[in-house]
Amino acid sequence: MRVNRKSAGAVASAAVLGLTLAACGGGDSDEAGSEGGADQVEVFTWWAAGSEKAGLDALVGVFEEQHPDIEFVNGAVAGGAGSAAKDLLQTRLQAQDPPDTFQAHAGAELQDYIDAAQIEDVSGLYDEFGLTDAFPPDLVERLSTEDGAIYSIPSNIHRANVLWANPTVLEDAGLDTSAEYEDLDAFIADLETLDGEGVTPLSVATTWTQVHLLETVLLADLGPEAYQGLWDGSTDWESDEVTGALEDFETIMSFTNADRDGLDWPEATQQVIDGEAAFNIMGDWAVAAFEEQDKELGTDFVAVPSPGTDGVFDFLADSFTKPVGAPDPAGTDAWLETVGSLEGQVAFNKAKGSIPARTDADPAEFSEYQQTAIESFANDTIASSLAHGAATPVATLNAISDATSKFTTGASDLDAYQSELAAAAQG
Amino acid sequence: MRKKLRRVGPPLLLLAPSLLLLGVFVYGLIAANFQMSFTDNHTAAQATGQAPAAAVWFDNYTALLATDAFQHSLLNLLLFTAVFLAGTMAMGFGWAWLLEKPVKGEGYFRSIYLFPMAVSFVASGVVWRWLLNSNQDEQASGLNRLFQIIGLDFLQNNWWNNVTFGIIAIAIPAIWQLSGYVMALFLAGFRGIPDELREAARMDGATELQLYRHVLFPQLSPVALSALIIIGHMSLKSFDLIMSISKPANYQTKVPAVDMYVFKSSFDYANAAAVGAILLVIVAAVIIPYLIHTHREEKR
Repeated sequence: MRVNRKSAGAVASAAVLGLTLAACGGGDSDEAGSEGGADQVEVFTWWAAGSEKAGLDALVGVFEEQHPDIEFVNGAVAGGAGSAAKDLLQTRLQAQDPPDTFQAHAGAELQDYIDAAQIEDVSGLYDEFGLTDAFPPDLVERLSTEDGAIYSIPSNIHRANVLWANPTVLEDAGLDTSAEYEDLDAFIADLETLDGEGVTPLSVATTWTQVHLLETVLLADLGPEAYQGLWDGSTDWESDEVTGALEDFETIMSFTNADRDGLDWPEATQQVIDGEAAFNIMGDWAVAAFEEQDKELGTDFVAVPSPGTDGVFDFLADSFTKPVGAPDPAGTDAWLETVGSLEGQVAFNKAKGSIPARTDADPAEFSEYQQTAIESFANDTIASSLAHGAATPVATLNAISDATSKFTTGASDLDAYQSELAAAAQG
Repeated sequence: MRKKLRRVGPPLLLLAPSLLLLGVFVYGLIAANFQMSFTDNHTAAQATGQAPAAAVWFDNYTALLATDAFQHSLLNLLLFTAVFLAGTMAMGFGWAWLLEKPVKGEGYFRSIYLFPMAVSFVASGVVWRWLLNSNQDEQASGLNRLFQIIGLDFLQNNWWNNVTFGIIAIAIPAIWQLSGYVMALFLAGFRGIPDELREAARMDGATELQLYRHVLFPQLSPVALSALIIIGHMSLKSFDLIMSISKPANYQTKVPAVDMYVFKSSFDYANAAAVGAILLVIVAAVIIPYLIHTHREEKR
């Protein structure tokens, strides 16, 4: 018996030791053999399903044509609208085991990686690939930090301030089916009318979509300049204008569905598709949800700038970075070249439903909705999206989300909400 | 000396790897966590050493405990634990008591009650998110719809979307999932009591009530204590169920574990570590007295 126990213990400790050694060794092996010349590139994204996956596949197709000698390694992590991927990415960067390039929202969301010295300045590549001229100057300015460095190359542009409407529901309530609104007051008046009709006037989902709604309300009431000022400190969060906007937000939230916190955006958009709700404010990725169900723009659904934001393009962009210490830097450059190239952007965005960041793409290649978005992107004032990381660093956005959830569940009043938002923006 | 070494040496050598691993990966990391929580490491730059971080000792703790948001999380945790504990203990004991007398198809019932434990919290959370839909009246679905169908409309409520008591709604699936386990524990306890004892008590003229009060309950108390500790510490750690029903940003269902997650994803490692440390202390406050108690029992 004694011998047995001893040998069992020995076997167990040997096993544990072996596992530990294996775990230690695992990290090094994939980095070996890639000094200098690139033979592969690991691309880390959360594009693992649906139109996002289709877009990535299209982009990879172009990449393989442009760089046939470099192997593409898909590092996509599914789940949680990117939150699972972001968590894993944070861990890998912290452990200094970065992928060759990773997807991140362009703009202020990159600030944390920049501060942590985890990504490299790629403005040299902008000159090399001729991107400075291909992207609109407004966008390049937004991507640059104060000292002129640029840390990512956008693959696509999304518009956040889109109002989706079901014209049948509007017609039944005796409202104008084109659903364009000059300002929020006209919009709120129509929400009131709809409220008596037994439908949800405006569908909304969980906290981030409520922040998304808040952002379009702030944009409508403050205008793009003062809205932008909220993020650089030139607009006072405690001002009466902001109070007015938050009052409008409170009113609009009172016309939304009760089960919002249990839903994510597709379910909220589905309510408009099914005619259970009249309106939904969501980014232009929602167009895929309508099109997948054979709905026609104009007859089955309407997409217009969200109330009071005509002439403003509230942008967010997916972009790719060059991490410090990437194992295959030449592969990273090759991938970034494809991402920035005209063919790459056209192929990717045709599949994903967003629009190219480049201004030289031919609009005729895209869908009807995309053509209107391309036109607005070229002509409108560009604003940075709060809910999607273009306007603020992650910590600020998290604090704003917390405050918003507290307010919309009824745990804080407008005054408290406003001061919490001000505190959040302070950082 | 040599003799002693020969006697203690080999076992120590055998134990050394696991002691070492335990020391590094459990106690070492706990120490690292405490160390992190004593710094002002609140940004991504500090986390990677690009910006300096200074020791602030207990500042993070006092600041955290002073915020309404964290007090709300702690209160939620308390409510959740209380309801979860009371619910599983009552249900588990009730079922065990019913099954304790030989019933027809006992094995069948036992499996049914125990079955929910085989489902992961994440999987059941997805289903319960739908069951606990907060829509009422015309738009109702899930449990609210069921209440309508059976004519108990007044029972409809907004479940976990209630600011103050929402967390209790999430305790319902937790109770559903673990009462079967508590039942199994109690059933084992009941079966462990020899029939002779009951017969002897009946012979002595004890009523059923007295039989339970003086003969059966005292023998079940170790089982009850284990069940309390197991359920109690599970409830303190519960994160997966809450996350799969609600979202991390939802104020109404925040608990410290969710705060820890949000801090971590905001690159605020010091506060995340502080929340972790607070949770560890709470769990320790539950577990350590139990360990001391069982240690004493074994010695006796």
